[in-house]
Amino acid sequence: MPSTTTNKILAILLASVTLLSAAPAADEKHMSVYSPVAIYTLPVLDREGHEYVGLLELLEPLGRVRTESQGRRWRLRYNAVDAEFVAGKTRARIRGRDFDFVAPFLIENSRGLVPLSSLTGFLPRFLGAPVTFRESARRLFVGDVGIQISFLLDASNPPRLALNFSAPVNPTISTEPGKLRMVFKRDPVVSPGSQSISFDNKVITHASYSENNGDAELDVAANEPLMASFSNDRRTIVVSAVQPVTTPNVAGQQNPTQAPPAAANTASGNVNVHRLLAVVDPAHGGDERGAALTDKLAEKDVTLGFARLLRHELEIRGFAVALLRDGDSSLTLDQRAAAANVARAGIYISLHAVSQGRGARVYTALLPMEGTSKGVFHAWNVAQAPVLPVSRIVSAAIFAEMQKREFPVQASSASLRPLNNVFMPAVAVELAPGADGVADLTSANYQQRAASAIADAVVSVRDRLGVQP
Amino acid sequence: MIPRHLLIGVAALLALVVSMGIYLRQMRQQAGQLESPAANALPVAPPASGPTETVTLYVADDAAGVLRPRSAQIPLPGGRQQRAEQLLRTLLRIYQQPGAAHPLAPAADIRSIYLVDPGAAVIDLNAAFADQHRSGILSEQLTVNSLVETLAVNVPGIQRVNILVEGKTRDTLAGHADLTETFDVTTVEQAGNQ
Repeated sequence: MPSTTTNKILAILLASVTLLSAAPAADEKHMSVYSPVAIYTLPVLDREGHEYVGLLELLEPLGRVRTESQGRRWRLRYNAVDAEFVAGKTRARIRGRDFDFVAPFLIENSRGLVPLSSLTGFLPRFLGAPVTFRESARRLFVGDVGIQISFLLDASNPPRLALNFSAPVNPTISTEPGKLRMVFKRDPVVSPGSQSISFDNKVITHASYSENNGDAELDVAANEPLMASFSNDRRTIVVSAVQPVTTPNVAGQQNPTQAPPAAANTASGNVNVHRLLAVVDPAHGGDERGAALTDKLAEKDVTLGFARLLRHELEIRGFAVALLRDGDSSLTLDQRAAAANVARAGIYISLHAVSQGRGARVYTALLPMEGTSKGVFHAWNVAQAPVLPVSRIVSAAIFAEMQKREFPVQASSASLRPLNNVFMPAVAVELAPGADGVADLTSANYQQRAASAIADAVVSVRDRLGVQP
Repeated sequence: MIPRHLLIGVAALLALVVSMGIYLRQMRQQAGQLESPAANALPVAPPASGPTETVTLYVADDAAGVLRPRSAQIPLPGGRQQRAEQLLRTLLRIYQQPGAAHPLAPAADIRSIYLVDPGAAVIDLNAAFADQHRSGILSEQLTVNSLVETLAVNVPGIQRVNILVEGKTRDTLAGHADLTETFDVTTVEQAGNQ
């Protein structure tokens, strides 16, 4: 029996060692290549005290490449450029001329490896274009592909920092206390000039730029929680503060989604309180116009006006409100869900409009059957599942409030993204015409009635909000 | 005088040609026998007439925002797949009549329905169905629910349904109803009963 136990332990140890050795190391070195024809990353190898990269892998995405190896000689043809390398030698012949590497050329498994330090020297001979290689960050720019950043701070309350880029970007955005981090893995973003920019603002204090291991990173520091939203076809990222109510002693000590309901409307009282955050999402936007309500009226325009009214109605009832778009910008459904989740809002309200029917329709998520949650991890397509009962309570409250005001209303479930993907109570409200037909959809009075009913309903259930799965 | 060995060679070649011809004829006969029976026995289209069955169609009503069960007597073929296609085409014809409570475009059609055991159905719509569908959460969701419930009630064993457009996954039907996920029949029925 002891031998069986020993065998089991050995087997587990062996499996663990195998798994660990097979898993990619978190700090694996790589370089990013940005060119007008392709953007890609390559693994970087440490050999004999130098960093190397595979030459074939480097050139293949940029043009036609053919290689031939003969003993220690390795020949490469890139488009019409011929080159010959010898393993272990620093001298190579490229385009009919000699070139000296800073470290020997290597051949491993028929792959030709060149030292990173020599890239700026020999690559222009192949590519016929200037290259810029930021060696410490391992970022290679072929031609003029860099994306410039400029900053514009709107110091109103809450303050907003607009990051304008010279081309669309798609960073990974995350938040941590006092910081919003944007990591640009596939965008050739270049330094804004200074590595750190200070703002004359008490909330958003400064931004810092850094590059490392093929990525660029932009951090915005603040004294309050931040959220980011895209606009201008992903050329602008607006970073705004999710501002708590000012109480002298406690800023930042309380989760804004967990404010005690009784204290919600006592901003002037001597109570430690933060406002509950409501994310209001005007559906569609940009090129995505939504339903054509009339020949000239698009759903995206009605939802934006309606959202601004709802923001006002919620704000005067003590909520902090974030609009996912406050202009004619486009956001994907995933971006909308991610923005709401990152902000850890207490409630998410998606707004739609339609030209048929009467009044308003309130929807909760019709969840798909696939997707499971394990522990603290939630499947993206059913992230709403744990809080769906609360969402239905919100829906019922809006239904009741509208009925009370004799505003025609229906409630049901819909397979409508991104309701499935947000992990806070979430509803969609579709505004349909009233007695005056489609003209009602742009009537401030009509929208005001609906917005006011929704806001009152949200207030009535605020003690159920802020439930995080 | 023709040499003897040449005569023998020509005779052998002739014999080979004749035997090859006979063999080829036999092969063609065998191939014909294999093709004929089963393939010709299958129906190529559902019957336009014949014995009818009573089915329940779940018909959408935009104004009320609900599905209404409606009985119909229609001729149905025996095969599950053909039966499913005929059912949904009958449902479509209701929506394509003038003044329908849930209008669909005249060109809207079901390209095919695939029944994948156990319990899965894939409805493949044509492009006109989605491209010319009214945009709106309620209208789109009623269409989805109507297709799913009508299929599930009349074709036993269907528990989940996927909807494709022109054989491909499409994000939404007309800007709202999400078609990327699988519809659970029970969930859709419960939503309809709310």
